[in-house]
Amino acid sequence: MNGTTNILVVGIGGQGVMTATEILAEAAIAMGHDAKKTEVAGMAQRGGVVSSHLRFGPKVLSPQITPGTADVLLGFESAEAMRWQHMLKAGGITLMNTARLVPPVVELGLFDYPDDPLAEIRKTGNKVVAFDATTIALDLGDIRLGNTVMLGAIADHLPFAADVLMDCVLKRFQKKGEKMVDLNRRAFEAGRSAVGAAAAALA
Amino acid sequence: MAAVMPVPAASRVLLSGNEAVARAVWEAGVKVAAAYPGTPSTEMLEVISSYPDIYSEWSVNEKVSLEVAIGAAYAGSRSFCCMKHVGMNVASDALMTLTLTGVIGGLVIAIADDVGLSSSQNEQDSRYWGRFAHVPVLEPADSQEAYEMTLYGYELSERFQVPVILRMTTRINHVKALVTVGERSTRPAAGFKKDPARWVMTPGGAGKRIPLIFARDAELRREAELSALNVIEPGSDRRVGFIASGPAYMHVKESFPDAPVLKLGFSCPLPFDKCRELGEMVDRVVVVEEVEPLVETELKAQGISVVGKEILPQQGELAPNVLRPAIARLLGENLPESRSTAAMPVFPRPPTMCVACPHLGVYYTLSQVRNLTISGDIGCYTLGAGHPWNALDTCISMGASMGIALGLDKGRGEADKDKRIVAVIGDSTFLHMGMQGLLDMVYNKGNVTVLLLDNRTVGMTGGQDNPGSGRDIHGVDAPRVDFPKLVESLGVKPERIHKVNPYELPVLFKTIRDEVKVPEVSVIITDQPCVLIEDYHKLKPYAVIEDKCTGCGNCLDVGCPAIHVTRRGKEVKASGREVDLAFVRIESSVCTGCGLCVQPCAPDAIQHHVPVSPLIQLVKGGCNA
Repeated sequence: MNGTTNILVVGIGGQGVMTATEILAEAAIAMGHDAKKTEVAGMAQRGGVVSSHLRFGPKVLSPQITPGTADVLLGFESAEAMRWQHMLKAGGITLMNTARLVPPVVELGLFDYPDDPLAEIRKTGNKVVAFDATTIALDLGDIRLGNTVMLGAIADHLPFAADVLMDCVLKRFQKKGEKMVDLNRRAFEAGRSAVGAAAAALA
Repeated sequence: MAAVMPVPAASRVLLSGNEAVARAVWEAGVKVAAAYPGTPSTEMLEVISSYPDIYSEWSVNEKVSLEVAIGAAYAGSRSFCCMKHVGMNVASDALMTLTLTGVIGGLVIAIADDVGLSSSQNEQDSRYWGRFAHVPVLEPADSQEAYEMTLYGYELSERFQVPVILRMTTRINHVKALVTVGERSTRPAAGFKKDPARWVMTPGGAGKRIPLIFARDAELRREAELSALNVIEPGSDRRVGFIASGPAYMHVKESFPDAPVLKLGFSCPLPFDKCRELGEMVDRVVVVEEVEPLVETELKAQGISVVGKEILPQQGELAPNVLRPAIARLLGENLPESRSTAAMPVFPRPPTMCVACPHLGVYYTLSQVRNLTISGDIGCYTLGAGHPWNALDTCISMGASMGIALGLDKGRGEADKDKRIVAVIGDSTFLHMGMQGLLDMVYNKGNVTVLLLDNRTVGMTGGQDNPGSGRDIHGVDAPRVDFPKLVESLGVKPERIHKVNPYELPVLFKTIRDEVKVPEVSVIITDQPCVLIEDYHKLKPYAVIEDKCTGCGNCLDVGCPAIHVTRRGKEVKASGREVDLAFVRIESSVCTGCGLCVQPCAPDAIQHHVPVSPLIQLVKGGCNA
């Protein structure tokens, strides 16, 4: 699409989806791209569905990704990664956190949460790599590192070097001291390697 | 909120449409900016409030915010006002006469249309206000244009002494894109000059000014014809030419890169000659406008042949996946076979109330009291219409819970004679437009129980301050309205006013049950803060003792998102009736220890439970009020 890259980041309100997409946008801009970022968020602060669109390239017109044209889908939550599969282009890839966040309508027994979202996605024939960002973050000592793990996960699926994205992530933590920068660097690398081996096997 | 202020001139920065407008307002030397929060407009004023050079305020409603901006413009200062689309319905009374007086200092009114209804009760097209009030409308297509058109809006406003509407949509307000910013320039305020013929609109005076607005319309139309904001981009494929504005322009360019396009940036008054010029270049013209067919209708009335809503939806966004097939059909072409874009079936995930939200206690209680008709309002508490509470029966506009409740009472038929009418309204909505409704209800001797949910913030839009929070837009202490005194002064009897902690379910239940029986106006004020603001203090989290949980599911009826089902089962009662069981756990990492779920838990399976009073039994069993 005229050299435009389409990245779709999905999850639920409060997970940090919009911030993650903004950091991705900053990285694209650092590479000299034009970029637009937009959300379908609804009343997102209340635990609803969030899908954040990032488009970058020489010149971006419409901010929205047209269904069937996303290059990469970064899923912060399993069922949400499944919900947005139709946005991917043929040959696009899903990078998904295995976290399951079950909403009250499911707890009330009104709807079912899919038993195995990963298997459902595989059935479509789309490429998918799943990893447990929450456990990776907890192993590093802080659940809040999850978002950095997610960004590390997508780092090798962008049309520019992973370091560009990592610099943008770490810049956000500079004010919090060297220790935080270092922790986030490790989280970023952990996300990268969690995806790396599996994605290589798919290719 | 982005820190826009330190960004130096000539920088190229990633800004939302809202942030871009805020930057331009600052650069334009605006002195006064006022608004009432409303998605997707809220961030404009939030960012503006970070500039110390601008007086900014959260007004109690959009009409007052516009009047404040009008006063500043009368005084010769540049002023700014912003609102969501429905806000202009409230402010329009001022707008419709403001157009007669005009302004001295520039006045730009940014209106954010929620095309696609991401967070609104309806979908309106604010471009109508330009026609209705005879004022110019500018329509940016991205953040850069939002910035530039705001600056231009001030020039235009002062040159024609007219307020200017900047029509935005969610897809402009909330999209982040690169913007090259400039420097601030200031100008001295001209000062207010007494001129009753101009500023005092009486029938005689107003009548004399009406012809002036028609003359101004004609001048503005000439301006629009010459404006660089209305430009024909000649394309190579002359089969279809497009007239488009706002985000729809970007969607057209994305979908049909070779087509000629008349991009409308200054869209009211409409530049008819430019539209004719495009028509002469192409086989046919398609008007792509969100939402209503305004341009289309005006062009057709001029005898200019165009196609519009015959082939395009009159609702929602006109994104490429809508445009491409519509134009292919018009041209009799087959769309190239594309990948299936049907979504996989996944459960819905509607917005929910937060963990430990004080409204949970209110809606849990309302769901347990039978025979109520509940008139609702606009805010987080509108979510009470959803599961598991299903305890809100109407919602149309800010403050409407009051009048509708009174109407439900006065208009009740035989079938509703035993129904109890309840109105639910939040603190900020009450101050916005609910007070007058309550006054009306008291004055006209209604039989309504009002629940005033005071959580000390405008919750749904992200926690803005208001006269009920005791803080101004900068978080600085401000006079805090005393709700019990306020409602008493409106005429509610002191014995009918109750202040209740919504986490104390037995008290809340008893108060509601007692008050709905009293055939006059009662006001029950809940007084606990929103969990997302700094006034809220977390307590020790709770956990479920697995062995004690009987799977009754009572706690799930509270609707707290921290409660999760671990396993389900079935139980056959002595009566032979089979009941579903749901055994639960509490996500302790998010539980803030509010204790709501502890109260309906029959087997005391939730730790740190508070002493249970006998009234809880009533709550559990429900009751005919």
